[in-house]
Amino acid sequence: MLEFRKDYFADERRDDLDVIGKGVQRQDMLGHVTGTTTFFDDHKMAGMGHLKVLRSPHHHARIRHIDVSQAERSPGVRRVIRGADVPRNLNTLLGLIGFGKDDEPSLATTKVRYRGEPIVAVVADSERLAHEALARVRVDYDPLPAVFDVEEALKPGAPTVNDVYPGNAFEYHDRFDHQRVRFGDVEAGFRSADHVLEQRYQMSPIEQAPTETNGSIAAPETNGRFVVYTPTQGLFFSLDTCAKILDVESNALHFVGGTAGGGFGGKVDSLTEPLAILGAMLTGRPVRYVLGREEEMQFGGPRSGERIVIKDGLMRDGRIVARKVTVWFDSGAYTRLTSYGAVKCAAHVPGPYTIPAVHGDFYCVFTNRTPATAMRGFGVTGVDFALECQMDKLAALAGMDPMEFRILNAYRDGDMKAHRREAKNTALVECVQVAAEKARWPIREEFRRASSRTGGGGERARIPPTPKDTSPPKRTAGGSTYTPSVAPPPASSWDRPAASPPATPFQERFAMPPPPPAPMPRPASSQPPAPPPPEPADRREPPPPAAPGPGTTRFSSVFGTRRR
Amino acid sequence: MSRHRGRGMASINYPIGMNLGGDPSQALVHSNPSGKFTVALSSIDLGQGMKQVTRQICAETLGIPIEDVFVDTADSDTGPHCMGSFASRGTHRAGNAVLAAAREARGVLLEAAAEELEVDPGDLETDGRGTIRVRGAPGKSITVKEAAQAGQFKQGRTIAGRGIFLVPLSPVDPETGEMSPATCYAHAAMVAEVEVDDETGVVTVVRLDSAYELGRALNPRMVEQQLVGGAWMGVSHALYETPEPYYPDPKAGGRDFVEYLMPGPGDIAPHDIAVLERPAPDGPYGGKGPGEMCANPVIPAVANAIFDAVGVRMDTLPITPEKVLRALKAQGGARPQHRAGR
Amino acid sequence: MKTPVQFRLNDQPVAVFVDGGDNLLTALRDGVGDVTPKFGCGQGACGACTVIVEGEPRLACITLAEACEGARVETLAGLRRGPDLHPLQSAFMEHFAAQCGFCTPGMIMAAKALLDRNPRPSREEVVEAIAGNICRCTGYEPIIEAILAAAASARRY
Repeated sequence: MLEFRKDYFADERRDDLDVIGKGVQRQDMLGHVTGTTTFFDDHKMAGMGHLKVLRSPHHHARIRHIDVSQAERSPGVRRVIRGADVPRNLNTLLGLIGFGKDDEPSLATTKVRYRGEPIVAVVADSERLAHEALARVRVDYDPLPAVFDVEEALKPGAPTVNDVYPGNAFEYHDRFDHQRVRFGDVEAGFRSADHVLEQRYQMSPIEQAPTETNGSIAAPETNGRFVVYTPTQGLFFSLDTCAKILDVESNALHFVGGTAGGGFGGKVDSLTEPLAILGAMLTGRPVRYVLGREEEMQFGGPRSGERIVIKDGLMRDGRIVARKVTVWFDSGAYTRLTSYGAVKCAAHVPGPYTIPAVHGDFYCVFTNRTPATAMRGFGVTGVDFALECQMDKLAALAGMDPMEFRILNAYRDGDMKAHRREAKNTALVECVQVAAEKARWPIREEFRRASSRTGGGGERARIPPTPKDTSPPKRTAGGSTYTPSVAPPPASSWDRPAASPPATPFQERFAMPPPPPAPMPRPASSQPPAPPPPEPADRREPPPPAAPGPGTTRFSSVFGTRRR
Repeated sequence: MSRHRGRGMASINYPIGMNLGGDPSQALVHSNPSGKFTVALSSIDLGQGMKQVTRQICAETLGIPIEDVFVDTADSDTGPHCMGSFASRGTHRAGNAVLAAAREARGVLLEAAAEELEVDPGDLETDGRGTIRVRGAPGKSITVKEAAQAGQFKQGRTIAGRGIFLVPLSPVDPETGEMSPATCYAHAAMVAEVEVDDETGVVTVVRLDSAYELGRALNPRMVEQQLVGGAWMGVSHALYETPEPYYPDPKAGGRDFVEYLMPGPGDIAPHDIAVLERPAPDGPYGGKGPGEMCANPVIPAVANAIFDAVGVRMDTLPITPEKVLRALKAQGGARPQHRAGR
Repeated sequence: MKTPVQFRLNDQPVAVFVDGGDNLLTALRDGVGDVTPKFGCGQGACGACTVIVEGEPRLACITLAEACEGARVETLAGLRRGPDLHPLQSAFMEHFAAQCGFCTPGMIMAAKALLDRNPRPSREEVVEAIAGNICRCTGYEPIIEAILAAAASARRY
């Protein structure tokens, strides 16, 4: 089943350590097989209240009126919670690192923006009594037109999903509705290419589906603090999110977790913790809020649907000379973490290959569906599907074996990547070689001899002249944007751009006879990009909030300081 | 009407840790008076093995038996800050924090031992079995337990260490996307063999052959767990899963595990794996993190294998029997390619 | 209105008060305090709550508590005899057949129900026995191997 190829990279490794590299038993295994591993829901407390939420039946609707009077009189109800009860009923997860604007309420008050959005919470003596009370809540809605397709959402006249981002796109760097990658001259590359192939791909949304659903139990502790049992994937991330929403100091909360029944990215969003704690605050009792499986599947944030368009310029000899990638991430109704995933995707393009011209546009788009979030391979899994299907098509176009085609184009130590950092510690070539060997897939001798450690660098380490993108920076129609407040760190050894290029032509890296040289893209200008022209004053957006002064920041156990 | 076999491949890399960095993790390591150590973290074990991998890093660094270390995740009152378990950051970020904390604790342990043995701490070595020896002087030694006792009851030392690991946050250039997203990458190549039934559209994964490079495999059995389970998830993503089967039309989403499909124990294919280890220069003992990337190469490898088998390009996930049948119909039937690896 | 229910849990008599319509999972977890069966879906579709009732594997989340009056109920909490692990538990450990551990209690009980009635199952019979138990971590192969290894081990309970 599994073998170790110790013959590869043996000179970079010590294999004589005591316990590192040994398959010793897991610390948690005995607990797992005896059932003594303690998960959050295994904490049982006397007098526990059970919280359940009423969810929107509409994809998009204005809320005209909410009547909870019948629900409040329902048997076993300890408390009905509405949006007005939430101290800070607007949050965005990455606001803790100053990325993005608060755009998501804990409980909707004036509008619902996806089917399943929470509106009212009930704490009752049992889950059943909570459900019975929720059935007595009356909500009047004015249904609104909804949009579900990412490209439709960006068209003029599309319904506005998220009022904080009226153009239906997350705003990057205060001025773009997308994140850009510009490296070399793709248009020149397409002109010089023997083949140009443009293809569309669609990654489906996917549910993380951990066997343990999201949930938490919050209870009053001593000194006015609250203890929270949680399966969150980020203990302090969740703690600080809750402290912000509930407007309490972070040391008012005591989070206990660290053992989760699977996560896969589905337990990053603090789906239940804020309301469980608020329920405990408002009732003085332990409160348990656990998602049912249908809630988890339909209303816990999934991996986003991603639409991907790839356009490649290919030479007859199999070299890719230009790659243009556009990705629309379907964020659903709110940002959650998709804005981050899109930048991670931007960093990943063009995949593990050295291509002298790369152009990428990455959009985080709002639609009227359950907000998407992280999942295993976040920002990468979808685009890898597209890139590797595209690679298979390109290999066919060039008449090459798919394995040999990968090795020909693989990045190697010393190559410049599209995000302008040098590749190091690479091993794609070797993986392809070993996979071919295992599958008894014949590849030619020169490809079996190739190495990630040789053939890179030189001309391939060059940052190609990049024409300035003259397309106007499209702004979303929204207001101000926060930008990261953290100062750029000094470049460290691994992220320093490579020095100027030694002169090894791009195509001389292979053991095989070099194919006829492709013209290197000639840029219109090799000057560094100038700052974008200022907008006319009458079109300028309101200025961003003033820098926080004394008293407006406070200590955050996650990130040091944060805005209030 | 028949079944067609085909093979497809894909190769990928995957960044380790939160994109752009700025995601610190901390660790505290301390000993009880018997020389048994506890690692306090607020990092999360969601099954990936956070507790065990940090335990091994701690034991290796301290030079003591694995049984003498336990890892405690996670309590915000006792475990120092960690960003969390996501973005393949656990082994790399928390592992490095534990490494730093264990190094500091080892320094104190050796100072305590040196004082008892009346030698220089620099002359001491651990044997990984609970004894601290004077290098080149056989017979002159002290147990970890004795050193810890002496340190705490005679010398008044805390046999403890603190560690933090931070990759500083990288800015992103708005115009070019210039950035420092990650410090190291894992790699993989995958070959999938499938059988496509052109009457039902059902795709069966027959076999997987793969090579994964993931830095040093800190615990090979746990690496195997990730790779076997992750490849299963890749097959599941390729052929089965979605909460919105008619995306972007939001109708007909699964509400339970009867409607939301995943391969069961009867649907798994043999998977032959090779592991390559190119240590990450900044990873704990060279470790990177196999957790997330292992599903990624499977999905395109399966799609490419379907093309090899019947000649249709499946560019929309998941590749359900319905989609395969529609594509075959549009093409006028199966057109086996049989071009991969022959 | 609470109703008393008495049954034998892992060879011990227990009594618990339940609401009408309460399921066995709630009775075990909240009433008796045996939290080894897990809530994974409440729909009878994931197997995390699998227990053995009168020798048959049952999904506790869709089994009426009151229907278990007088029954013999087995959970993972009762599998271990003193310090000795059941062969299934040992085999799960040796084969690294758990990651997050949340499906493990149900998985082991489904396997035990199989081995109790069929001590030498084929691979296909093992697959059939755990086909209702969802594991999101392992890809099932180590679990199948562990169950086959437990069946093959000479040690019997």
